[in-house]
Amino acid sequence: MSKTNASRNYKDKAKTAADKVAALGEDIDLSKYVSSDEKPPYRDNPSSLPSKAKKQMLDAGIMLDDTSQRSGTYIQMDNTPVHSSVSQDGVEVMPVGQAMEQYDWMADYWWQAVAVDQDKYTANIELNQYSGYFIRSLPGQKTVFPVQACLYLAKDKLVQNVHNVIIAEEGSELHIITGCTTASREETGLHLGVSEFYIKKGAKVTFTMIHSWNPEIAVRPRSGVIIEEDGLFLSNYILMKPVRSLQMNPLVRCVGDNAVARFNSVLVTGEGSSLDVGSRVILDARGAKTEIISRAITTGGKIIARGYIEGNAPEVKGHLECRGLILGEKGVIHAIPELKGNLAGIDLSHEAAVGKIAEEEVEYLMARGLTRDEATATIVRGFLRVDIEGLPPLLAEELKRAVEASEKEVM
Amino acid sequence: MLEIKDLSVAVEGKKIIHDVNMTIQNGETHVLFGPNGAGKSTLLMAIMGFPKYRVTRGSISFKGKDITGLTVDERARLGIGMSFQRPPVVRGVKTSDMVAACLKGSEDDDAIGKLADKADLGEFLERDINYGFSGGEIKRSELMQLLAQKPELTLMDEPESGVDLVNIVLIGKLMNELLEKNCPIQYRKCMGLIITHTGHILDYVNARTGYVMCDGTIGCVGDPHEILTTIREKGYDECIKCYLGRVPTHE
Repeated sequence: MSKTNASRNYKDKAKTAADKVAALGEDIDLSKYVSSDEKPPYRDNPSSLPSKAKKQMLDAGIMLDDTSQRSGTYIQMDNTPVHSSVSQDGVEVMPVGQAMEQYDWMADYWWQAVAVDQDKYTANIELNQYSGYFIRSLPGQKTVFPVQACLYLAKDKLVQNVHNVIIAEEGSELHIITGCTTASREETGLHLGVSEFYIKKGAKVTFTMIHSWNPEIAVRPRSGVIIEEDGLFLSNYILMKPVRSLQMNPLVRCVGDNAVARFNSVLVTGEGSSLDVGSRVILDARGAKTEIISRAITTGGKIIARGYIEGNAPEVKGHLECRGLILGEKGVIHAIPELKGNLAGIDLSHEAAVGKIAEEEVEYLMARGLTRDEATATIVRGFLRVDIEGLPPLLAEELKRAVEASEKEVM
Repeated sequence: MLEIKDLSVAVEGKKIIHDVNMTIQNGETHVLFGPNGAGKSTLLMAIMGFPKYRVTRGSISFKGKDITGLTVDERARLGIGMSFQRPPVVRGVKTSDMVAACLKGSEDDDAIGKLADKADLGEFLERDINYGFSGGEIKRSELMQLLAQKPELTLMDEPESGVDLVNIVLIGKLMNELLEKNCPIQYRKCMGLIITHTGHILDYVNARTGYVMCDGTIGCVGDPHEILTTIREKGYDECIKCYLGRVPTHE
């Protein structure tokens, strides 16, 4: 099929889903948001961005003044790429539109891990102006420093449409930090984002996403991941700043033998926020493994923490761990762990716990001389500490800093 | 000095111990014997100040100050420490975090490492506190934390339970350090109150006073080795009977 035909095909499919209400999450009225023809200027040097924007981006893990510890950078403001660059051989970073022009084979990856007609949000991206990043690690190439990508919502009341494609070629190693944030701390806005990941044989991808929105923003990411033989996908998601409504439930398919997917999510929310965050992993090949770990804290908002593991092949293994803390009088945490085994010889398990901090633990620390507040803070800090296996020390350190920086707001 | 006068304690409205009198002078270690359910642990918890253990009568004084109304952390900062029999697992809080909290940042950088070496817990520092610890590991971890905390009064609930023979030697060593047993008595400040069922710990830690608790009060006071011999030979009933009618007084 020619490029034009394929594109028309997706547009047609998208049109059929333009009003399709998503399976999960509050329905967002798209007509309440605006589009924009404004195109912020391209910047060769990302550190020339206004300091306020840079500060917001820094809160989401994006460093623009010193990029020595990054192998590439992509910045998108609203629906326009304003910077993309690489500083290491073996990795490609560019706006997804440019990749479509450059590579005929992009069609093999376009809307293949996420369905264009999944719901009105995926459809809206295809039917309107969008952009996104294309990040690819070349065969056998291992990046040391992460590629950073920032999706920045600059204009008030805007709907930001994002479509990303990430490809880790055979035997490569790729680390990505994505920071999503907004200029305004009080205006409404809507972020829609499709991310399609393709992890080839023996490749390893760590994907760290930090969300730093405002209390009026709605967010609907749609991610799909396909992992081939011996591939590894490690996802870390951190949301510690207020957001009005966020729903996502990425789908990973382990299609190659011994493919591994790991999810770690840290969710902290307060009054007025509603989160519905899950991870789904389908273990379709022999020896595939997954671990889904989430930590949720509410000081007044509602969190639905989902997890779904399906075992369809021999010797697969999966574990789901979901723990929630309710601090304060209000707040709801609803843990929904699901396991589905479709044959014998698989090993799937889950543990979920929701509650307040155990008084016995607080008193134990108090007996060592800590005040009640110090003891509570120590326990909360420990609760949020997710030790991520396989994460490079540099990233682990940055992640730790990001969690610690937000901790103060929780206390 | 710890001074307990006419103490009665209730848990969830139910009176568990009553009319307890006890004085521990600086540098002394005392031992509490008694059958299950006698109220020994309740007495320790009440001295430490856990809110569930409500003092309904009497008073507890420590270092000349009435501490009956103080919270757990206030008592800990005043110099009372406790080795828990079954401490909770606190996920995400590492053993090293606990030791650091006990040290309050007042020591050299390697203080945690040195304490861990002493308690043979070097490999446990990065593990969540008490998570998957064996009986002996819990005891050593508790004592390691107390060595960091340096309390003047240490309360220990069955330090030898669930501990094998190799571990008990090390535990005895750690306890002796905590209670300053190597320091001449006239210079020794640290006090101890130890609950023991088996008395094994007496082979490792020197104690000069023993009590038998029964039905929520102290039934007798005496030399802990003598008390232990009586209990071993005749059981608790005989031990208490022997002192029946004797007013519990401190020597």
